Amino acid sequence: MATSGTQGLRENLRDLPRNFRDSMIRHEPPVSDRSRSQAVFTNLFLHIHSTRTHVRTLSASATFGLGVAALSFFAILTGTGIALMVYYTPSTDLAYQSIKDLHYVVPTGRLIRNIHRWGAHLMVLAVMLHMCRVFYTASYKAPREFNWVAGMGLFILTLALSFTGYLLPWDQLAYWAVTIGANIAASPRELTDALGITEVFDPGGFQKELLLGASEVGQQALTRFYLLHVIVLPLALAVLLGVHFWRIRKDGGLGHPGQTHNAAGKGVEETEAKRPDAEPQKSYGLMAIVGGTSSATDDEPGTTVPSWPFALRAELLVFMACTLICVALGMAFDAPLKEIANPGVPENPAKAPWYFLGLQEMVSYSAFMGGLVVPAVTVLGLALIPYLDREPEEAGVYLGGARSPRVAWQSALFGFVLSVAAVAVPVNFGWLRSWFPDVSQLVVIFVNPGSLLMAAYAAWSLGVLARTGSTRKSAIALFTCFVVGFLVLTVVATFFRGPNWEFHWSQATWPAH
Amino acid sequence: MSERLKPEPLPRRDFLGLAGLWSAAVAIGGSLIGMSRLPKPSVLPEAGRRFRIGRPEDFPDGTEEILTAEKVLVRSGPQGIAAISLVCTHLGCIVSRESAGFGCPCHGSAFGQNGEVGGGPAPRGLRWLEVSRGVDGRLVVDADREVAPGTWCQV
Repeated sequence: MATSGTQGLRENLRDLPRNFRDSMIRHEPPVSDRSRSQAVFTNLFLHIHSTRTHVRTLSASATFGLGVAALSFFAILTGTGIALMVYYTPSTDLAYQSIKDLHYVVPTGRLIRNIHRWGAHLMVLAVMLHMCRVFYTASYKAPREFNWVAGMGLFILTLALSFTGYLLPWDQLAYWAVTIGANIAASPRELTDALGITEVFDPGGFQKELLLGASEVGQQALTRFYLLHVIVLPLALAVLLGVHFWRIRKDGGLGHPGQTHNAAGKGVEETEAKRPDAEPQKSYGLMAIVGGTSSATDDEPGTTVPSWPFALRAELLVFMACTLICVALGMAFDAPLKEIANPGVPENPAKAPWYFLGLQEMVSYSAFMGGLVVPAVTVLGLALIPYLDREPEEAGVYLGGARSPRVAWQSALFGFVLSVAAVAVPVNFGWLRSWFPDVSQLVVIFVNPGSLLMAAYAAWSLGVLARTGSTRKSAIALFTCFVVGFLVLTVVATFFRGPNWEFHWSQATWPAH
Repeated sequence: MSERLKPEPLPRRDFLGLAGLWSAAVAIGGSLIGMSRLPKPSVLPEAGRRFRIGRPEDFPDGTEEILTAEKVLVRSGPQGIAAISLVCTHLGCIVSRESAGFGCPCHGSAFGQNGEVGGGPAPRGLRWLEVSRGVDGRLVVDADREVAPGTWCQV
């Protein structure tokens, strides 16, 4: 009796590693397509993939890997961000010094901070390009409308993360960029002041106070931005990312030509549920392994490949490339750090990061219109695209449909000419105040190059709608105009604006001070 | 029995379930709404924005002095002494004194000699601040109290 007890224990000890592995991993060794599919299906982290992936999804030009790249940058930023938090101190007395320590003293600190800075720029870039890719391939159409809106949420969170991170080094750039940002939040005062109702109704002041916790950028603002940057926004972004990925699966994977959806335009699961003769409901993912119709698509067999290894390999490749770019940039270029924040002397010119410079260009006409109204209308308009344009179109083709490319390049030209004019006219001829010194402030707020540009783009888009009778073409016109306008304003603000936000063809003509 | 006395009853379980759900929602929502006041500061955590700037004789007639830390320009003239805030009314940068008046480095707002809007995106002129004399005779500027442009403190 005692002998067999010890015997059993000994056997259990001997088999412990294997039994532990078997209890943890629910599938066979991944040696065949079938067992690999099983692995994808049963693993918590891998089952965000379907067991098989459409070949078109994996072709480089279909997506350019931009979504995975954005995710990769987010992962890199999370990792390096946690590392930076070991030394960073969110106090106005110590923040700047702790960044200096990270740069000069902490082993690998400089590289990690550089990677964090470059990763942030690249994540914004990847998210923007990803949005363009999804738009131009019509991948926001039913049943993917909601995922487009979730993507807009992720875009805003990405920008908010980068804006909150901007203050943390507590240098001159940080201080003045955030002072400007907080005053943009307060800019509804322009309107309430002009109407004389600020005393009783002051949404601008409320927003600024909520953001800064004070009336000026100081310790309270630093605490709040730190809190947002390291906990609130990354958490929100991670949750929304989960929704985004889950919806990709539920909406039938990435859009590609030949894919069909049921009349209700709903996800594929419902199609299955409505077919009582469908094969066992639960194993929809495994059905493809044994052949027959995959629930994900109505494709011919042979157009899909096992996700392990093909999709996983592609994703790993993108991740590796992103890491490589970040590390290479981090080794080659140091993240900037100006003098310590000085509330008495602004940077001149005080420029925001590049993705906000288009806005800063418009803010230089009117803070309220350029800083709040135009961006809010743009974001709202973008989010509503899938609900305003419901024409059925094959997802996954760039500018599919006859004449779409033509609408796109005509709109690009229109958008370019008008945005250049929106800069050139005020630079050369001044604006309302220089022509009519006594003009009412309300007119100055609403009639400025930024708002006129937006109105012209909207009119152009409606013109395309009237001419072609197609909401998709109208959407292409508007989106293209905004992309081109954003690019032009960003380039102007980055390269051609000098001290006092004056126009200079090159930095060589900046006045010495 | 008539139909009126036999309405479609809400099943007891549905009623209890819905009641439970709604009480939970009201409890959580109510506490969240209550807590949402937290981030709005009831007292601004700042040093007072009233500061002494010196005695009237420190500012001879016809001179100007820029107090960098306080972000004001103190001007002395025949009518008395006035203080003009150097915080740009556009987006809060600090304007610099130029021959024509004031200029903002951030977005190019321009102001005239008395802070009136001369160009650029600024929605209004620079703020004139209240100047008064303390009990000890020294001048006090209150950055929280704006006065109409052209208001001088008699000395």
